[in-house]
Amino acid sequence: MSAPVPDQRTGNRLGGVASAPRTAFSSWFTGMQAEKYIGYVFVAPWVIAFLCFELIPTAAAFFFSLTDWSVVGQWNFIGFANYIEMFTRDRLFARSVGNTLYYVVFAVPLNVTMAFLLALLLNAKVRGQTFFRTMFYLPALIPSVAGAIVWIWIFDTNNGILNFFLSQLGIEPIRWLSSPQWSKPALIIMSLWSIGAGMVIYLAGLQNISEELYEAAEVDGANPLQRLIHITIPLMTPTIFFNLILGIISSFQVFNSAFIMTGGGPVNSTLFYMLHIYEQAFTHWKMGYASALSVVLFLFVLVLTLIVNRTSKRWVFYG
Amino acid sequence: MSKTPAFHLGQILTYFILIAGSITALIPLGWSISTSLKTIDQLAVWPPQWIPNPVAWNNYIDVFQQIPVLQYFGNTMVIVTAWVVGGVVTCSFVAYGFARTQFKGRDTLFLILLSTLMMPYVVRLIPLFMIYKELGWINTFLPVTVPQLLGRNAFYIFLLRQFFIGLPHELTDAARIDGCSHFGIWWRIVLPLSKPALATVAVFAFQAAWDDFLAPLVYMGGNPDLRTLALGLFAFRAAPGQVAMTHLLMAMSVMMIIPILLIFAFGQRYFIQGVTMSGLKG
Repeated sequence: MSAPVPDQRTGNRLGGVASAPRTAFSSWFTGMQAEKYIGYVFVAPWVIAFLCFELIPTAAAFFFSLTDWSVVGQWNFIGFANYIEMFTRDRLFARSVGNTLYYVVFAVPLNVTMAFLLALLLNAKVRGQTFFRTMFYLPALIPSVAGAIVWIWIFDTNNGILNFFLSQLGIEPIRWLSSPQWSKPALIIMSLWSIGAGMVIYLAGLQNISEELYEAAEVDGANPLQRLIHITIPLMTPTIFFNLILGIISSFQVFNSAFIMTGGGPVNSTLFYMLHIYEQAFTHWKMGYASALSVVLFLFVLVLTLIVNRTSKRWVFYG
Repeated sequence: MSKTPAFHLGQILTYFILIAGSITALIPLGWSISTSLKTIDQLAVWPPQWIPNPVAWNNYIDVFQQIPVLQYFGNTMVIVTAWVVGGVVTCSFVAYGFARTQFKGRDTLFLILLSTLMMPYVVRLIPLFMIYKELGWINTFLPVTVPQLLGRNAFYIFLLRQFFIGLPHELTDAARIDGCSHFGIWWRIVLPLSKPALATVAVFAFQAAWDDFLAPLVYMGGNPDLRTLALGLFAFRAAPGQVAMTHLLMAMSVMMIIPILLIFAFGQRYFIQGVTMSGLKG
């Protein structure tokens, strides 16, 4: 039974489920001519936003990176001078790159591994799965600013709860946020508090794996460890991979915690790349140079994403 | 299932880790609530007390006297409204275009949209600052509301487009044949059917706007009247030359945390659903 085809020339309306008000405006919308172009109207808001707030600013960043723009006064075109300065004279540049790499190298694998392990644990037939999932996910919800303020107090050298627990184990108080050696570990520990979000993702992925695979393997005599290595992990690699990339990219942009908790210190030990950009731009007003710094980050993320995409076929299992 | 001793041990160990982990995860929250109810001299007591004696409920009132919390809340809600309206209305409008209309270059455009998700925000931060400065938008609400209202958040567009694609075609086809315009379909059929996805976008938008720090800091930071809760909390902590009012700081932090927890309590599945939608490939 087929529905009647409308008269294409007049866009005949037959009433029905949800008829639009009969105005000249909407009859333009229903004409077959309009069909080709109506899509453009729908995506127009985003296209405008994209052009104004993403494409043009990004292009402008490239342009301004070649100048010495400084908000006030004249600005001059200086070619690649900013980039040369970055790699030769800016000690803070090297520092910030080192700090950021340190953070990424430790925080991301730790986060991914722990979230995955937690998800594995939770996926075992335990009662109260929803309860535990909620408990672990809650910290990930906490606004990062409020969380940062709370953790400043937790890390407090003299009165913080963390040093209190350590003292119960006989460990001397650690100057978490006020010593160069412990400041980054402190921020990494804090980042682990939010593994709940990753855990939820992995849990959903694990629950998608068909039981039959495990049963078949068990029949074939595979023990739990073998089932883990040969079924679970290969099937989870797309999800792990995807979240690893997202985690790396967002870790390269860590800002709130360092800005609020340590201001980049002590002794620039938590001066992450984004913090360096911020300071150059809004404390020293060296907008051109800061643009150059941000362009470097942009290109780095771009190249990283491309490389990872190309090599992913090697180690991600696409069943 | 055979009940070997090893099986029992595994279960016990699992529960132990999960329970210990849950407690650890909640300690920071509990500790901040406990601190928020202390008087200033109780802060330095060692070993730290979990339950303050006496319980300083008045801290929550004192905070309002020290800091214009209500004003900050109002400012934050302006931004939240822009994010939520932008996400639920504009982003779904755009998502419909990508999902249910045909036009030349549609899929290429969508790929472009996806690629913007990966690109660091900071590269736009400084040029945007300069653009806003030229427009006279600095230290107003405009830079943190207009882009959102125009549907800048590609992530919500992505989520909603995936959802719209999954909607059954029969309903929309029937409406098309009855002469309904695309706009009508979007407004009267797709939107009502998409309440779960829209709810997910709404809670995500609320959460993101509530916590937004960098953009308000850079674009509105010069105007103390426009401070959001996030900026206000930071400013209170960073205020120079004042005795560390940690107890009040914790009270304000708790107040900033509670609304999100409430939304989570009522809409848990929207969060979980959204997180899994975004994290699972495909």
